[in-house]
Amino acid sequence: MTDPSSGLVVRSLSRRFGRRWVLARVSLEVPRGSALMLLGPNGSGKTTLLRCLATALKPHDGGATFDGVPLWPERHTLRRDIALLSHATALYDDLSARENLSAWARMGAYDADVDALLARVGLADTGARPTRDFSAGMKRRLALAKALVKTPRLLLLDEPFSALDPHGRALMGDVIDEILDRGATMVLTTHHPGLGARFCPQAVRLTDGQVTWRGPSSEAQVHAGDA
Amino acid sequence: MSWLWQVPAVVAKELLVEWRERSRVSGLFFYSFALLLMVAFAMPNTKMLADIAGGALWLGLLLASTRSLDQSFKVELENGALEGLVLWPVDPLALYYGKAIANTLVLLLVAAAIVPLVIVLYHPEIKGDPWQLVGILVLGSAALAAPGTLVAALTVQARGSSALLPMLLFPLVVPVVLASARATMLLFDGDLMGQVDDWMMLLLAFDLVHWSLDGLLFTRIVDEG
Repeated sequence: MTDPSSGLVVRSLSRRFGRRWVLARVSLEVPRGSALMLLGPNGSGKTTLLRCLATALKPHDGGATFDGVPLWPERHTLRRDIALLSHATALYDDLSARENLSAWARMGAYDADVDALLARVGLADTGARPTRDFSAGMKRRLALAKALVKTPRLLLLDEPFSALDPHGRALMGDVIDEILDRGATMVLTTHHPGLGARFCPQAVRLTDGQVTWRGPSSEAQVHAGDA
Repeated sequence: MSWLWQVPAVVAKELLVEWRERSRVSGLFFYSFALLLMVAFAMPNTKMLADIAGGALWLGLLLASTRSLDQSFKVELENGALEGLVLWPVDPLALYYGKAIANTLVLLLVAAAIVPLVIVLYHPEIKGDPWQLVGILVLGSAALAAPGTLVAALTVQARGSSALLPMLLFPLVVPVVLASARATMLLFDGDLMGQVDDWMMLLLAFDLVHWSLDGLLFTRIVDEG
């Protein structure tokens, strides 16, 4: 039987911006080594939830634990093992792809094989080019390589397949499979339940910051609504 | 103190970004150069020019510092790198000191470029020890960079940050500009009463206070969630 405290446990998590509650008493669980798909229309709170789980935002009420460790109070320790791939790539446009990865690895004291990471995301030949010249899809792949620098135990992906061509989507899928095979826990948001269901056995639908449906990903298409 | 080993990595990243975008630093130089040139043309005689050389030098550096500090955080806003840094296992203290050291080095680079211009344009006699000028430049640049890095972090995400930064920074660094300009002018004109050391001590005290306290305040700003 799985230890109930292992993996990601979110309890009554709420977050507001100003007076507007963007997340209201969200509770969910993702067992260690498993993946959860977050569905919901734009503005439903998916990205805010991911940012709370990444410890970029402090919940105003409730909280979350990862492997039994409270996220916000222990954020400085946990950030070493949590990776967030969001729309903001957090890359320096003036630096080359290789320089970006090296700089981030050095700052976090990660012993990363930068060339291997670039090859893994299909950017081995463009490692010397400034990322300013990269397309949105290439930046997304480089951001994925940056997330891999951490070898994350908790991977948070905000619409990982957006801006990617079919080749990029296949590559992203392979990398996600690898990370899950290593035993990482994952939360993924998407507007395409069919794509996410490949990795996530369970899905949750958010509407106006509240969980309005949860169930197997195979049924997500029916409950996706306008997600 | 485990964050100390992270500081060199942050400084290296900052300097690499500055090097890749060298036009930003050269822009600072030309900005200061234009100011020095205008002041020089506005002065009615060469005696007065020599008298205000120290003040003009620090006016140029002060204005260059506001542009430099603003730019150093604007880079972090591109692509959400600032949030990326916060979520990376980099201690906010290492982030602050790395940025403050890099900002000091950029200011010193600008100073190294405009000091010869001040000498050529304003003809100060430099009766004091030139090495003391190096000391004043280092202490003064560090004293501009320490609170400047904090204020830049505070204002960068605000609307009109480019205007807000000098509004908040200038009152804070009035003692720095006064002490640096006065020490430089005394160094140029001859320090008969031995006052340069006192002004430098004032700068050192300012540096000690701000380099020790501002990092803690920076931590609260960038990691409040």
